Amino acid sequence: MAKHKVTMTINGASVSAEVDSRLLLVHFIRENLDMTGTHIGCDTSSCGACTILIDGKSVKSCTYLAVRADGANITTIEGIAADGTNHPLQKAFHDQHGLHCGFCTPGMIMRSIELLETNPNPTEEEIRWGISGNLCRCTGYNNIVKSVQQAAQEMSKEKEATV
Amino acid sequence: MFSCKTSPEVGGMGHSVKRKEDARFLHGKGNYTDDVKLPGMLHMVMVRSPYAYAKILSIDKEKALAIDGVLAVITGEDLAQYNLHWMPTLLSDSQMVLPTDTVMHQSQEVCAVIATDRYVAVDGAEAVDVQYEPMQAIVNPFKALDENAPLLRPDKEGQKDNHIYHWERGDKAKTDAAIAAADVVVKERIHLPRIHVASIETCGVVASYDKDTEKMLIYLTSQAPHAIRTILALVAGHVGLSEEKIRIIAPDIGGGFGGKVPVYPGYVVAIAASFLIGKPVKWIEDRSENLVNGFARDYHMDCELAATKDGKIQAFKVSTLADHGYTDSSANPSKYPTGMFSICTGSYDYEHAFAELDAVYTNKAPGGVAYRCSFRVTEAVHAIERMVDKLAAEIKMDPAEIRFKNFIKKEQFPYASPLGWSYDSGDYKATLEKAMEMVGYDDYKKEQAEKRAQGKLMGIGICTFTEVVGAGPSKDFDILGIAMFDSAEIRVHPTGKALARFGTKSQGQGHETTYAQILAEELGIPYTDIEIDEGDTDTAPYGLGTYASRSTPTAGAAAAIAARKLRDKGKKIAAHLLEVSEDDIEWEVGKYFVKGAPEKSKTIQDVAFAAYTNFPQGMEPGFEATHYYDPPNLTFPNGAYICVVEVDEETGAIDVKRFVAIDDCGNIINPMIVEGQVHGGLTQGIAPAMYEGIVYDDEGNVLNGTLMDYLVPTAVESPHWETGHTITPSPHHPLGAKGVAESPTVGAPPAIANAIIDALYPLGIKHLDIPITPDKVWDAIRKAKAEA
Repeated sequence: MAKHKVTMTINGASVSAEVDSRLLLVHFIRENLDMTGTHIGCDTSSCGACTILIDGKSVKSCTYLAVRADGANITTIEGIAADGTNHPLQKAFHDQHGLHCGFCTPGMIMRSIELLETNPNPTEEEIRWGISGNLCRCTGYNNIVKSVQQAAQEMSKEKEATV
Repeated sequence: MFSCKTSPEVGGMGHSVKRKEDARFLHGKGNYTDDVKLPGMLHMVMVRSPYAYAKILSIDKEKALAIDGVLAVITGEDLAQYNLHWMPTLLSDSQMVLPTDTVMHQSQEVCAVIATDRYVAVDGAEAVDVQYEPMQAIVNPFKALDENAPLLRPDKEGQKDNHIYHWERGDKAKTDAAIAAADVVVKERIHLPRIHVASIETCGVVASYDKDTEKMLIYLTSQAPHAIRTILALVAGHVGLSEEKIRIIAPDIGGGFGGKVPVYPGYVVAIAASFLIGKPVKWIEDRSENLVNGFARDYHMDCELAATKDGKIQAFKVSTLADHGYTDSSANPSKYPTGMFSICTGSYDYEHAFAELDAVYTNKAPGGVAYRCSFRVTEAVHAIERMVDKLAAEIKMDPAEIRFKNFIKKEQFPYASPLGWSYDSGDYKATLEKAMEMVGYDDYKKEQAEKRAQGKLMGIGICTFTEVVGAGPSKDFDILGIAMFDSAEIRVHPTGKALARFGTKSQGQGHETTYAQILAEELGIPYTDIEIDEGDTDTAPYGLGTYASRSTPTAGAAAAIAARKLRDKGKKIAAHLLEVSEDDIEWEVGKYFVKGAPEKSKTIQDVAFAAYTNFPQGMEPGFEATHYYDPPNLTFPNGAYICVVEVDEETGAIDVKRFVAIDDCGNIINPMIVEGQVHGGLTQGIAPAMYEGIVYDDEGNVLNGTLMDYLVPTAVESPHWETGHTITPSPHHPLGAKGVAESPTVGAPPAIANAIIDALYPLGIKHLDIPITPDKVWDAIRKAKAEA
């Protein structure tokens, strides 16, 4: 198996490693870097539990080769807020009971970060379509939608405050 | 209605306090089975059968073993040396761990490859050369009993055909007579297809055997770790796995819904491999393995409902054919092979009922997972609720009116149902009235009349279900002989903080919060000061686990009673501290005080401290209590659901416009969590109603074994749910509570099906089996029009 040297930034830290050609990015993150917040639910890009940000875009890392991420800037659930603090989406999911078992939650939050980046004030329908690549089997989505709505409001306020 | 006895800071029952378990999940710090990594851990991958029914001619391991990193290929023959190639199912049938000669369903485990790395294990699995001789599979359960059908289970002594068992309950003769004499009889064959729980986390195990200590440590995606430990000890005791040496830890679980109750062959092989090799072995199912290898439902129910011409129900009869796949792996209580199916008489008061069922073997995956329902309640409720609607349509009566006419009345509880249950409590009329008011039923009826006049298809569907959850009582309920009770153990520390442990296991239900709230209610210790621990068989008290909505009815009750034991002890300590007689001490949440002198008081924290520092002479020190709760009866949550749909006649597309769910689950511990459970269950109800169903071809191939073609609803398919409550406390539960999480999964499918059929009724369409997909509707409309 051919090995490749890859270098990428993950949650602000530079990481270099020799990886197999076939190694999936999700396994690189989970197994090589021991960051297990990014989950695997299907291996087929269907469920979105493995969603991370690559250069600011939400990507399902279970069907993305580690070698392809060479040079990329990656953010995972572990890197969206400083220790002991919450990203507005983390706070909102807690406030609105937007999680039950927690397995889909990291992917759902990572996807929602990009959603709110591109559409800071989404309607309920836009949120539903926006997270439709991420499956949740527990919540019935009502409270995930409310969580994203709450975060959208708080992030807008934060933005106004900083302008 | 329920009023809170505690302050929000104490956070007892009725407070929507935020969940204590959230932080780790929100920060990516949950600890699921696949997150467990042990030194020297090996990885296991299964080789699976491409055929539904085939003889195994040979298994050639050589090419696989030649791969660098592949350590072993384990076959059924290998396990047979230790007599571990078969295992009992939870319902005392038998299931292959690995086959020695025949595969019985597509994707059955054939052998296991153990390697140093997950990728290498997959390479190994692909390199194993298995030669098969395919045979004609039995796929249709109605053909399983044909005279010339091959005998699928010759391994079972005395098995002459593919019939597994016959079950019946009720008075057949009287029911038949009532049906024969009735003004109106409606009939229908109703099928609930195979579906899968599809929790986002699949099943998995990390087994780690230490040859020196002889301890087997098992991280397992298990809803019932204690029961599984006992079963492992019973199954593998002969090779030296003794129960005290087995420690099962169910870590964080990414959704269970019943799918993580059974023992899967992968678990057993990984455990056996670790035992033999002496290193940790991890096996994590992939999604297709998960979807294809377990299932729920698959009942074909022939229903007859008899009534007077003005809509008074007189008798109900249902004869069911159950397709169990190649083994009956139902996770049911042993005396209830069809689970609680006999709840099928529903929320209505009539005298005669008869239910019977025949179960058969086919070449499909082992079946009978109780998917988010107390063992076959979903099937039962679908049958009666579709039939009541069919009857209403037949006699042109409003579906709400026919329900009001037949409801068991509030004053009739406890109600003895015709098939032998004692319903504990309910106010069905009030619950339906509340749902009708919330949805605006009368306005929708008017709108429907107008739309029908314009030729548009609009439907309103009602379901008024009665659930049955919370097994035991132990005299009736056991799993493989283990009585169904549950447990709580409370330790209040000297500083007044507490640790409580339970025999159940949360999979997202929020036990770390709700159990703490129960103890806060009973002891007055703030819920934030109470740690909850579950899932580790070395530390938690024995219990039967979390499924069938049984945690609150059983372990929740155990928590309340254990807390009351502590309160009794605390009273003695308080009397000692206040220097009065115990009879002069009274309790209000969080403190003991002297009768008539409330200024003389001691808090529960004072008393806890004294239990370790200044207790009465002769008293056993410490402030701990344990209770094993054996419920006197099940609890019977109920609800009224109303669904409004519009159907596009041209495309068959179904638009769910409204869905209102009023649940009555007795007293509520945490309204936020209950509402969340209802939302989730409703989405798991619309799933089989409109989207999900495992499809087989004639050879027994599963045609939709991935999430790309098995449609788990997304946020787009899932409607905006509207929820509410009526509260009728359970008279026998110490907190007046009932289970809830399964009610929506049970109640939603018939409400949706009834709405869609109501929409299509003007075209002459009187029944469709779920899932009611657009193409099924389109096809039915086309046929109906051709016939007209």
